[in-house]
This record gives sequence, C-alpha cells and structure tokens, in this order.
Amino acid sequence: MRHHLILRVITKLLVGPIILFALYVQFHGDYSPGGGFQAGVIFAVAFILYGIVFGLDKVKQVFPEWLVHKLLALGVLIYAGTGIYSLFAGYNFLDYSALAHDPEHGQHYGILIVEAGVGITVSAAMVAIYYAFGSRPPRISDEEW
Amino acid sequence: MLVTTALAIVRIRSLFAVVMLSGVFSLLSALLFVTMDAVDVAFTEAAVGAGISTVLMLGTIALTSRFERISSHASSPIPLVVVLITGMVLVYGTLDMPNFGDPNAPAHVHVLPDYLERIPHEIGIPNMVTDILASYRGYDTLGETAVVFTAGIGVLLLIGGLGRRRRKLVADDKKSEDA
Repeated sequence: MRHHLILRVITKLLVGPIILFALYVQFHGDYSPGGGFQAGVIFAVAFILYGIVFGLDKVKQVFPEWLVHKLLALGVLIYAGTGIYSLFAGYNFLDYSALAHDPEHGQHYGILIVEAGVGITVSAAMVAIYYAFGSRPPRISDEEW
Repeated sequence: MLVTTALAIVRIRSLFAVVMLSGVFSLLSALLFVTMDAVDVAFTEAAVGAGISTVLMLGTIALTSRFERISSHASSPIPLVVVLITGMVLVYGTLDMPNFGDPNAPAHVHVLPDYLERIPHEIGIPNMVTDILASYRGYDTLGETAVVFTAGIGVLLLIGGLGRRRRKLVADDKKSEDA
C-alpha cells in the first residue's frame, strides 16, 4: 500500500488514539460501558490497522509473534491465578475479597486484575488470528481489488 | 434496514460487497442494542462484529476467491419453505416473551433484585454489568476467556505458523541426518 499517502498518514495519526481509547475502555470499564473484551479487541485493532496499511513485517517488528503467543496464555493464567491465589488465602475460588483487607477494595482489585487478564488474552488472540490469516500468501493480487 | 441489508447480502455475488454489507449489518444491530439500552453489548457488537470479523473476512477473501460461484443446478423451493416455516415458528415463539422493559419479566424478578441490592455495599463499582460479569459470574467469564484462548490456539494450529515451523524443524533434522 505504498502509494496510498492519505491512508498512511491517517493511520499514523490514528494508531495512538486507538490504543489510548482501548486503555480507557479497559480501566474505566468499572464506571462506564466497556471492559476487558471490548478493550482487547480495540487494542488489537490498532495493530491490525497498522498491519493492513504498512504490511505484516512492520507490525511484527513492534509486536513480534512469539510475544503474541506468550500473551495469549498469560491472560488466562492471570485470571486463573487470581482464583488460585484467593483459594490459598482461605477464600473460595475467584472470591476477590481475599485481595485486600477490606472486602470491597478486594473486589475492586480483583475485577481490575481479572479484566486485565481478559483484555490481554482477547487482544493477543485477535492479533494472533490476524497474523495467521495474513501470513499466508494471498491468491489475489493487489491490483484486483 | 436490517432486513434490506440481509437481502442484499443474499443477492450480491461480489464477496467484497457482501463482507462490507455484513459489517453494515453488525453496525445496524449495534445501533439496535444502543436504542434498547444494552450499551455494553452494543460496544462488543460494534468492535467485534463490525470491526474484527470484517477484517478477518477480507483476509479470507484474499486467500480464496472474490466472487461467489454461480451454482449450476436450478434452485429448488425447499430451502425457502424450510426458512419460512422456521421463521414463522421463531416469530410465534417471541409472542410469549414479555414486553421490552416489563418489570415482571422473568429476567427482572429472579436474581436481579438481589444483585441490585447487594452490589452497592458488596462491590461498589457503578457499572453493574462489570460487577456481575467479573465477580458474581467470575466462573463464566473465566470460561469465556478460556474459549477465546482456545479459539486463538485452534486458528494457530490450523493455519498459523506453528505447524509449519515444526515441519521445517523436522526437515532440517532430516537434512542434518543425511549430511
């Protein structure tokens, strides 16, 4: 897409705000609509947009494939790990009251951590699927679109 | 408008237009969710349905073909009849559903009052969807995350680089053995 000057400039302008908005949706999800699932997708969209316009090799320099695969598992581990931690602290599995002295604060922390786990897994899964699709040689040439 | 878009998706042969229209379809249903005050669902629909799946469909088109193949045999009326009957049964089923916003609807009298009462002093996070999703229904959300994880792994195994890398390693091993 080297010849699309407007697309390239706009993409460069947009990638930053998209990631910022993803983080807003992620961490403000307790007070406004949103949460890990939505934030993860928006976060992934920033990289996918960059990949579409600048090519897969450029994104893979920023967000390498091995890192995506590790993050894919890390999110689930964070989520399940929170549950197991609360087990060891003497509460039920995934009872976030274990995370702080005040049970209400514990719930806040727990939801924040768990949503972060969800967000990491979702965004890594989306980027991984996109890489998997994009890495195969296309059968339609650029001009045909 | 949803119906018009759906009909257009069925009729058009250019798959590129079909993908774009399915994005439009998702966006319209997201608007529908907004008007019904389900903002969290609308958010997900707009991000996943209109955003990601459109991109993935485009990726699939790039790997396969741009035009639908015109079927050689004449179309029979049976599918249309089946679809019409199923549609009528579904519409008949919705007649039993409570009206939108009905305070006596089953969803509003079962566990919801209990949650509404407990959330302010047990969790204290104003977005009740997040409270229920992440805390009271923590198991379900863990399961959902595991599903997303499994989906990612599945795609990687089917068309991702993992298998190819291993095959390459095996080939390299063979080569070194031969040498």
